Amino acid sequence: MPSQQQNLTDRSMAIGLRALNRFAGSPVVDRLGLREQAERFLYSASKTTMRTAASAGRTFAAAQKLTSPARQPTGHSSGLFDLTPTDEQKMLSDSVRDFALQRLRPAALEADGTCTPPPELLTQSDDLGLTMIGVPEELGGAVTERSAVTAVLMSEALAQGDMGLAVACLAPAAVSTALSLWGNEDQQATYLPEFVGESIPAASLAVLEPRVLFNPFKLETRARRTSGGYVLNGVKSLVPRAADGELFIVAAALDGRDPALFIVEATAGGIAVEPEPAMGIRAAATGRLTFEDVELPAGALIADGSAEVYAECIQLGRIGWSALAVGTGQAVLDYVIPYVKDRTAFGEPIANRQAIAFAVSDIAIELDGLRLATYRAASRADQGKSFAREAALARRLTTQHGMSIGSEGVQLLGGHGYVKEHPVERWYRDLRAAGLMEGVLLV
Amino acid sequence: MINLEVPKKYGFLVGQAHQVAAEVMRPNSRKYDRAEHTYPKELDMLAAVIDGMNESGALSGAGAAGATRGGSSGNGSSPKSESTRNGSNLANVLSVAEVSWGDVGLLLTMPGQGLGNSAIAAVANEEQLERFGGKWAAMAITEPEAGSDSASIRTTATLDGDEYVLNGEKIFVTSGDRAELIVVWASLDRNQGRAAIKSFVVERNNPGLKLDRLEHKLGIRASDTANFVLSDCRVPKENLLGNPEIEAKQGFAGVMQTFDNTRPLVAAMALGVARACLEETRERLTEAGIRIDYDDPPQSQSAAAAEFIAMEADYEAARLLTLQAAWMADNSKPNSLQASMAKAKAGRTGTDIALRCVALCGSIGYGEGELLEKWARDAKILDIFEGTQQIQLLVVARQLLGKSSSELK
Repeated sequence: MPSQQQNLTDRSMAIGLRALNRFAGSPVVDRLGLREQAERFLYSASKTTMRTAASAGRTFAAAQKLTSPARQPTGHSSGLFDLTPTDEQKMLSDSVRDFALQRLRPAALEADGTCTPPPELLTQSDDLGLTMIGVPEELGGAVTERSAVTAVLMSEALAQGDMGLAVACLAPAAVSTALSLWGNEDQQATYLPEFVGESIPAASLAVLEPRVLFNPFKLETRARRTSGGYVLNGVKSLVPRAADGELFIVAAALDGRDPALFIVEATAGGIAVEPEPAMGIRAAATGRLTFEDVELPAGALIADGSAEVYAECIQLGRIGWSALAVGTGQAVLDYVIPYVKDRTAFGEPIANRQAIAFAVSDIAIELDGLRLATYRAASRADQGKSFAREAALARRLTTQHGMSIGSEGVQLLGGHGYVKEHPVERWYRDLRAAGLMEGVLLV
Repeated sequence: MINLEVPKKYGFLVGQAHQVAAEVMRPNSRKYDRAEHTYPKELDMLAAVIDGMNESGALSGAGAAGATRGGSSGNGSSPKSESTRNGSNLANVLSVAEVSWGDVGLLLTMPGQGLGNSAIAAVANEEQLERFGGKWAAMAITEPEAGSDSASIRTTATLDGDEYVLNGEKIFVTSGDRAELIVVWASLDRNQGRAAIKSFVVERNNPGLKLDRLEHKLGIRASDTANFVLSDCRVPKENLLGNPEIEAKQGFAGVMQTFDNTRPLVAAMALGVARACLEETRERLTEAGIRIDYDDPPQSQSAAAAEFIAMEADYEAARLLTLQAAWMADNSKPNSLQASMAKAKAGRTGTDIALRCVALCGSIGYGEGELLEKWARDAKILDIFEGTQQIQLLVVARQLLGKSSSELK
């Protein structure tokens, strides 16, 4: 049975890949199934020594000049209320869900403990083409139309396997999507080829800062304009795969005023990274980045520091976190249903008690409400409509109900929910992240 | 393609409903809240206008009568496999929400728009549709000893020649005094449980149907709530809706299927009331200098702004769940689960939002000078009738867990 399932996974991943990966074709399928497991490098979560990230970075250089930036066209809606995903969306999310349930889920416990995403899983997820979803076709991208909904559906599917690993897998995609949406021709030519190539760089979108009541529109990380470019100073918190990161997009207040996005290569001097393990999403290998007089070239600023672009970036990130909460919330619901039906107390399944059954109903109701609100925000983004309000509402539902779903998941299993034999304690910790994280994701 | 915006084609419908709500409902809200049991004569003229709009299709289903049988009676054509349909169910929830924004009590007593009309629309045969169409029909299910547990009703129906003879007591009949017809639930054989429960159309002027009293209520006072005694109330046997045979599986499901259609409508009512509260509160907060920002995290805004965003978020979830249930009905997808999820979420959210808005607005919200306190009283019934919050959670849980009503009581 397990081998059969595995074949199914490979097959459905292959289907997704064929659509996605225009230049890789069938060899990737072989790689997925037959590739020798890469050696695993484990980093201890307790490692506290500061070290520069510079050594790991690759050199980014434009192989080819672009005359103008490429953008994905947006899709065309019939204008009718519709909850049906397109065939392409369904195929992509189905294959990602298979990958998530059969590859991420079994690896989640250990990755959570070691605060390290298994390298072979990252390679496999790269092969799924996550970083190519948001890239225009002429730059080697995967899908014809710009779609935040597609990204939402794929994020949701990944997080159904494991949120921490989903974050690790999706982090580089946020960077490639940002460059695709807002990068100029030089930025796209320099960086995007790496995100559609064979070896996807570890990359992250760093917004969050370590302080209470953090507001992404009032940053303490600052970029100062100089004659040759910018000088960056500040601290970013809970950056996924920070230690391995080769490329960052960093949010910083420009000249002490409005926040803006900067491209920062890990090889730039003055970047220190330290592990920052947290309550959850530990498999994303979160770390803290410190920038001390980091010199950036003049071409590092994205979208000329546009305030609209920055706000959109924050909103799309929040929608991404809502999508992850939906996926993990679904995992909770799917887990507690068989549990409460099997678990017997006082002579019958506990599911026969209203106190238990109603808790399950409430999870399902709030989860579906959160899912629809998330879809709405993303679909408005796709249609070029304002979505600040809708993103905020999905965010608020994530903060409140995402958290309660995690809590109820543990509660329904009682003492068994509190121990690591069951995944609900991890989901409890992960779901708390979804309502407070900023940046990292971009749908 | 996933899109959760209301299509432009409903703009006219919603606009019409909004005018009705703003021009007819709102100005009469307080008047009939105070003058309980007084017939709102303003609605007669409105009913005529609405009939005209219904003819033109402009305001289909401004009331509960808009509930239809699944998607099949939408606008005729069957859905193509790849295309989605936005039909009468979606139109109904939109217009019901809009009119409820005006006044949900007045909506409930709109002539010709009773819940009995939904039952007739859902279960009646062609001959009955012909005979009862166009008449205002109320619904009588609840009894003093049977509320949510509608399978245990005691009213009986006995066949005597060409007539059924009904005996029993019915309470909480919305528009019971004003309607022309009452759809009465009764058992053909109390020993055969839910399968024997059938619905019967009783003319309001039937001598065997005696009005016992009209209730004095917390809210929705514009709508009369009648209690009846049925004593040897004789109706032609052709007035039984649906199949007269007692079939172990089918019977109760038939009468219950009405609820799949009406629950999203009650959810829509709660949405209307909630939106009225949110709009009024937002205006008051803005006057008081409270700024609501959707980009700044709620916790870095004022407590009032954060609370407002929280309420709006739950309103959004309730609203989308309701649209989802209606969309599924329009596309002939079984929606019993989603209809109950929508009703549960909208019912509790409506009450919660209304009560919190009253608190945010202080004595302005609590006083009779404004309508917030009335809306907070009105909202509560929407988490009770057509299946209480707890019944919805039960329906949802039984489906999710695959439990029968005997396993999960």
